[in-house]
Amino acid sequence: MPIGDMLFRSVDDSQINSVFPNTFNEYKKWDKEKDELPPEEVYKALFEELAYGEKIQIGRALTRMNYSKSGWKSLIKTTSREIKKAVKKDELPNNYKDFLITANEKWADPTFWYAMGQMVNDTTPIYYWNALDRTYDQDQNVIMQDENRRIYIKTWIKTLKISVYVTIFCLILGFPVAHLLANLPLRYSNLLMIFVLLPFWTSLLVRTTAWIVMLQQNGVINGILVWLGILNDDGRLQLVYNETGTLIAMTQILLPFMILPLYSVMRVIPKSHMRAAQNLGAKPAAAFWRVYLPQTIPGMSAGGLLVFVLAIGYFITPELVGGKDGKLIGHWIAYHLKTTLNWGLCAALGAILLGVMLIFYWLYNKIVGIDNIKLG
Amino acid sequence: MNDISQSFVKFEKIDKSYDGEVLVVKNLNLDISKGEFVTMLGPSGSGKTTTLMMLAGFETPTNGEIFLDTKPISKIPPYEREIGMVFQNYALFPHMTVEENLSFPLEVRKISKPETKEKVKKALDMVELGNFGTRFPAQLSGGQQQRVALARALVFEPRLVLMDEPLGALDKNLREQMQYEIKHIHDRIGITVVYVTHDQSEALTMSNRIAVFNDGVVQQLSTPDILYEKPENSFVAKFIGENNTLNGVVTDVNGDTCTVELDNGFGKVKALKVNVNDKGDKTQLSIRPERVTIDSKDPESNNFEGKIQELIYLGDHIRARLNVCGNDEFIVKVPNEGSFSHKEGDLLNLSWNPDDVRALDI
Repeated sequence: MPIGDMLFRSVDDSQINSVFPNTFNEYKKWDKEKDELPPEEVYKALFEELAYGEKIQIGRALTRMNYSKSGWKSLIKTTSREIKKAVKKDELPNNYKDFLITANEKWADPTFWYAMGQMVNDTTPIYYWNALDRTYDQDQNVIMQDENRRIYIKTWIKTLKISVYVTIFCLILGFPVAHLLANLPLRYSNLLMIFVLLPFWTSLLVRTTAWIVMLQQNGVINGILVWLGILNDDGRLQLVYNETGTLIAMTQILLPFMILPLYSVMRVIPKSHMRAAQNLGAKPAAAFWRVYLPQTIPGMSAGGLLVFVLAIGYFITPELVGGKDGKLIGHWIAYHLKTTLNWGLCAALGAILLGVMLIFYWLYNKIVGIDNIKLG
Repeated sequence: MNDISQSFVKFEKIDKSYDGEVLVVKNLNLDISKGEFVTMLGPSGSGKTTTLMMLAGFETPTNGEIFLDTKPISKIPPYEREIGMVFQNYALFPHMTVEENLSFPLEVRKISKPETKEKVKKALDMVELGNFGTRFPAQLSGGQQQRVALARALVFEPRLVLMDEPLGALDKNLREQMQYEIKHIHDRIGITVVYVTHDQSEALTMSNRIAVFNDGVVQQLSTPDILYEKPENSFVAKFIGENNTLNGVVTDVNGDTCTVELDNGFGKVKALKVNVNDKGDKTQLSIRPERVTIDSKDPESNNFEGKIQELIYLGDHIRARLNVCGNDEFIVKVPNEGSFSHKEGDLLNLSWNPDDVRALDI
């Protein structure tokens, strides 16, 4: 249900249609080839709907109109004031078009009228285009945003890149740990398991802030490196508030999600398999590569998919340690959800995220086969 | 060092300890000739599997040396020993088909593709699984998996094949069938086999010689018939086949025979002197159930009376549990000749030949 609601919101444009039904109806009859400006009926419908519409609903619609073209909000607001005055005095204009253009000359600007074309249907792809740094030009063609307003594509690529790196690092770090867990005597492996699970018992916030302490320029790691003489005191590394920080902290935090599925798969691989392989003449490395590793694929893929999916939508950690350029797509979803209240864009970003995951899932199924996933 | 050249596998004074304190294998000396089928038989924890693992190279002896074809092999890693092995749970690689499992040892030896293919086919035909090459191990029954494991251990023509309780996971009928199959394959290709089991009937069926293990020591190494007929100590007597025991003290020694006074004054028994030294030694007498005859008094024999505790009709023979000289678990197998009319509680006259009674250690 929430997913359906989200998908619906990402294309929904019905609110504005309920505010300006007649205007949009008349608008659709406008022949843009013949007339530069819409016909009188459109102006009349707009006048009436602004005069008698519900104020709150109009306010909401204005926010939506501003997504299509900035300037709508002030335009309608000034116009509304004039309309209200006229209605109060009971002086309905003879020519609505002239009245509105007198109230605000922008009503003679066709670009506003063209932008209205994006709103006249119940559904709109505008949020998706926005989420991909695209917008409409006056002829309703999809174009790139201005250079300085392109943020999403960059963030998308960064999100994917960091998620892939985090997954790879988790695999590299998690594999030996899981192998140890599965093969050490019970006494030691239990202790090790506690170390693996310990982070789960600490708040995510605490762990993330701990990484800030560790990684900052006057933090533990830089301190040790300077103390060891590896770094100059003035050459301290910038490890936090950038992509590096995000990468390090996310890898550590997501590591258990890789280790646990790997461990549960490795635990059931009989030790006799490695022995059998060696007995059959394979050197230990070949035995590992040809006999052991292929049997851990279900665990690797389960862990990899888990870590990747978690990483791609991660929010708190990149938000805290990511600084300006370590922020992922989750940041913008939260930003539009809470700050700009642009839920349509929010939903579109979320839907694209879902789509990306489904694509990866499909790819994964093609390459490895979903039956091969095993969590225990 | 002459005897090394005669034996194909030689264990020389092998000790093995995992923790540096307890010896799991003590002073093991064992010679196996080429083409022989030798079984290591013993209860769990007796050191037989450890011995096998040392031969395969997965464990190193604490002391002593193992020779294979006159060469010491302790320093040779398992993957260079050219020893095939069938593991307890087969250890078939689940991500490979049967054919891939079989070609694995050939591929790591860099044998050419056509030759590999031919050898795999031959090995599969040998275990009568010619049509199963493209299946995965999980799609095979237990018996089929067992055969694949066997074929895989043989396909690279190893110098020696080890089998670690390979039939343990099969049901009784299949187990017996596989025993014969393994035996026949051994007869056909003449490879040396070292087999580990805790099942004495399996050992008796298949082996040329059996090494009975207990407590890390080889108790007796012999052919199956000698092990059964002439056990050298009470452990072997009890472990191989059914066995009746009577405890007593040696009162007289006369060459190969001795006289034993039974505990609690039940009388005297003439027996073969096997594992006792002198007068006054405590001894356990061992008598096989089928060597006891009923209702026949022979002055040369040992004659006793037994009270029937339980009778079990088994078709070809009747199994009688008697109380003889204080032993409540004395078993006698009476051939079913149609004339046995005794009931539970009856007294039976029993006799056994002194040659069939062995005075062993206690």
